Amino acid sequence: MFRFSSIKDYHNALLNGQTTCVETVHYYVSQIKTAAHLNAYIEVFEQDAIARATELDNARKQNGMQGKLHGVVVGLKDVICYKGKTLTASSKILAGFTSLFNATVVDKLLAEGAIIIGRQNCDEFAMGSSNENSAYGPVLNHADNTRVPGGSSGGSAVAVQADLCMISLGSDTGGSVRQPADFCGIVGLKPTYGRISRYGLIAYASSFDQIGIFATNTEDVAIALEVISGADEFDSTVSNQPAPVCDFTEETGKKYKLAYFKEALEHPGLDPEIKAATEAFIKTLTAAGHDVQAVDFELLDYIIPTYYILTTAEASSNLSRYDGVKYGHRSSKPYEDLADFYKNNRSEGFGDEVKRRIMLGTFVLSAGYYDAYYTKAQRVRNMLRRKTQVVFNQFDAIISPTVPSPAFKISEKSNDPIEMYLADIYTVFANLVGIPGISLPLFKHSTGMPFGMQVMTSEMNEVPLLRLSKRLMQMAGLE
Amino acid sequence: MEITDSVFEQLANLSRLSFSEEEKQHIKSDLQRMVSFIEKLDEVDIADVPPLLFMSNAVNVWREDEVRGSVSNSEALQNAPQHDEAFFQVPKVIKK
Amino acid sequence: MDYSEKYEVVIGLEVHAQLATESKLFCGDATSFGAAPNTHISPITMGHPGTLPKTNKKAVAYAIKMGMACNCEIEKENYFARKNYFYPDLPKGYQVSQHTTPICKGGYVTIKTAAGARNVQLNRIHLEEDAGKSIHDINPDFTCLDYNRAGVPLIEIVTEPDLFSADEAYQYVTEVRKLVRWIGVCDGNMEEGSLRCDANVSIRLKGETKLGTKVEVKNLNSIRNVKKAIEFEIQRMIALVESGGKVQQQTRSFDASDDTTFAIREKEEANDYRYFAEPDLSPFSLSDELLNDIKNSMPTLPAALLQQYIAEYGLNEYDATQLCLEKETADYFSSLVSHTSNYKAAANWMNGPLRQYMNEHKLSFDSFALAPEKLAGLLKLVEEGQLNFSIASSRILPVMIETGKDAATIATELNLLQVSDSNELETWVNGVIEKMPDKVAEYKKGKKGLIGLFVGEVKKVSKGKADPKLVTSLLEEKLK
Repeated sequence: MFRFSSIKDYHNALLNGQTTCVETVHYYVSQIKTAAHLNAYIEVFEQDAIARATELDNARKQNGMQGKLHGVVVGLKDVICYKGKTLTASSKILAGFTSLFNATVVDKLLAEGAIIIGRQNCDEFAMGSSNENSAYGPVLNHADNTRVPGGSSGGSAVAVQADLCMISLGSDTGGSVRQPADFCGIVGLKPTYGRISRYGLIAYASSFDQIGIFATNTEDVAIALEVISGADEFDSTVSNQPAPVCDFTEETGKKYKLAYFKEALEHPGLDPEIKAATEAFIKTLTAAGHDVQAVDFELLDYIIPTYYILTTAEASSNLSRYDGVKYGHRSSKPYEDLADFYKNNRSEGFGDEVKRRIMLGTFVLSAGYYDAYYTKAQRVRNMLRRKTQVVFNQFDAIISPTVPSPAFKISEKSNDPIEMYLADIYTVFANLVGIPGISLPLFKHSTGMPFGMQVMTSEMNEVPLLRLSKRLMQMAGLE
Repeated sequence: MEITDSVFEQLANLSRLSFSEEEKQHIKSDLQRMVSFIEKLDEVDIADVPPLLFMSNAVNVWREDEVRGSVSNSEALQNAPQHDEAFFQVPKVIKK
Repeated sequence: MDYSEKYEVVIGLEVHAQLATESKLFCGDATSFGAAPNTHISPITMGHPGTLPKTNKKAVAYAIKMGMACNCEIEKENYFARKNYFYPDLPKGYQVSQHTTPICKGGYVTIKTAAGARNVQLNRIHLEEDAGKSIHDINPDFTCLDYNRAGVPLIEIVTEPDLFSADEAYQYVTEVRKLVRWIGVCDGNMEEGSLRCDANVSIRLKGETKLGTKVEVKNLNSIRNVKKAIEFEIQRMIALVESGGKVQQQTRSFDASDDTTFAIREKEEANDYRYFAEPDLSPFSLSDELLNDIKNSMPTLPAALLQQYIAEYGLNEYDATQLCLEKETADYFSSLVSHTSNYKAAANWMNGPLRQYMNEHKLSFDSFALAPEKLAGLLKLVEEGQLNFSIASSRILPVMIETGKDAATIATELNLLQVSDSNELETWVNGVIEKMPDKVAEYKKGKKGLIGLFVGEVKKVSKGKADPKLVTSLLEEKLK
């Protein structure tokens, strides 16, 4: 009976004839059906996946195993373009929209033999931290169906958590991959800004968005990262640096210099168990010979306002294209003028959280408020970048909790947007300054829910980040 | 900074969003809370730090002047809510 | 009543020129005019979810060229910004343009006025993408949208309020059109919309330094209409003020059917465009090397070329100006004078018979069938006296253009070479003298004007081949 543990083991099983791609696809299709109540998938591409699996099995018989992701079953968050398939950003405003092209990451996945199994549920336009803002209904956490999986890439996280695919691609603008990875007890990586092409990723906040990877282990994250990274002629913001190739061997006995932000562990909103677990782990690290030090970070209280000013500003502009003119929802309500026509289409199509963020974004960009909010936030962002560079001059990595609390109950926080925003406090930092961050499922909460530790390194240093991550997972007995 | 009805109306108009009275009360109060929340930045004094405009150091990222990548007329109109064989269409509300 | 002594007008012009690149500013869709609707579009043009822009390198070079031609300061560090507003012909709900960092700053364009040459100060030239087209009159219920034009690269050339009459505005647009065509960045076709002009007009009492309330006038699709619209506006504004009213700040549209302007229904509030730096594009950092390369690739500009023609080729200002109206004309002339040193003749031929032929047949110097060397050949035959000017221009030239044969061949085939052989000439001259004894007698008595009649007769008898100069001197000698 097929049991997935890692891509490496899966490839061995294929080569040994212990399983086939077709059998694997059937397995996942059946898993997804059984777990339908989790609502992780909006659409399953059953026929396509079986056809592709058949092709791959034949090709493998003829030519051996080609492609780093040969036969690997991948799910895509409903913000990643897949040609010929419906794409909605979990929003009514894009109901029925068919993408005319593949995202660059999809082209890369397919070129390396991946099988795309389906389109995964998420918060509308990637705005949310609980996957409760979807036009398709909430996603449930597999570890406890009364709790949220996190967001915005809730469906993508649950799919890996509940064995509904091998890896998922989500997107991370302020923590939308790391936070659900934390809530669901899996590994979630947000790469450096510019590491992965954004061409074909529905834009939320252009200078923050990155496609991220969910997997059960660090090696699989590394393989996927290598496949989907790299230059792209269609994206002007992607780096020309070659895709990172992670060889996990390193000097045995390498000792790391790690920093953590003092204010982060002293934050009043931090769950005491999470605080204790983090502090204990720091002691473990120190005992193992690593140098772990506290670093001051007085700007901690300003990062969320800065984040929300800049992301809502960019989002308010990025979402202007959803107007019912060339595509998307068009209202049948009467209108007196063009402005009304637009208002009807957009107001019917967008959910409340999206509308809130568009309004706030419009506000901070408005004449009269622009300098006080938008420009100011850009200065703070610059300051944060500079301070971060100073930290990384001294340290290999920064560690922190991923989220101040474990997965909360469904509806517990959905009435209070501010409370929801504050929960992003540890993750938005990496998006603000553009560095890579990963959440590792090292711990368990007394509620039974998993929670993790976040590790961040400087720009373009995913390889050291993944090596360190593997070390930490090994220390926790998970790899 | 108070989000008055007038400010709210202006923002809604600029954003091309409309709200029922009930929705308006909700969103207006949420917006007020969000604005007060971001006002925390008033405490920071960093006028000498230039605003960060671009996340990458790359400059002059451009492409050659070549024709490629267009889609057919029918593909283009495929997702249009209202169209004929050649054009996208919107309701006619231009008043002379 | 003539109020021109009481009021003065101040005008600022915004000219949008579509850059003659093959592809759009931010994607690879074609830019050519006249394609079937919605066939030059892609997901990027339509603002589909997930699409991103990528700048067309040539568009940037063209913008810099225009800046150099207009004596602007090139802003080495510049970037794009989003201008946010909603309109059906704007697919993304924002236009990618430039706001605080236009690629060219300042500069000027020289125009000729009745009072002499003057520099019209520019404020800036910046790059931006064009919007699509809204067509209101082909369907009763719907406005039809064609996005072929959406994303085509534009440069927006903005003057300071530095024009002071409708005529100056006319001269300015004429000069801008000439320049963009000259340096090859735009075809300047106002009817097709590749060159568009909006005017900002205000009036004030003569001597007043503060600017009056300005009115924006749009939909000016020819240079003549620019002038007419401004003339109408001036009269309208003066009449308004004289009758006790105040000029309202508004946008007006020109109605070409009766040369008037009318107010376009105003939006309730002024647009807040919420400009911010475009995060999807990299900024530009233009190196000195790049700028030098572009500068070196620029042709000599018309004003400088004009002076060159006057100085080097001894042409008068009028002739030189005609040759510098369009670059293709100047290029042809420059080539022509490398094959002949009779510069004056070269200029006369181009400005005279050649221009006439081309106007009649609607040709242009752009890919003109008659190579300059061949024309030089024709000039040489005339210079040497083997052909007279009239035959050469009316009979040889057209055949050269139509068949591509050279002048000597055609003249020989058509038997049009002038005869200067004295024996043949003598025969003809003697023949005419014999035929017209009475007129000869009158001539000898003093009616010297009759020489023209005799020359004409010789011309007829020789079927135009007698060299009239030689005939004249021969006649004068014989009839002494």
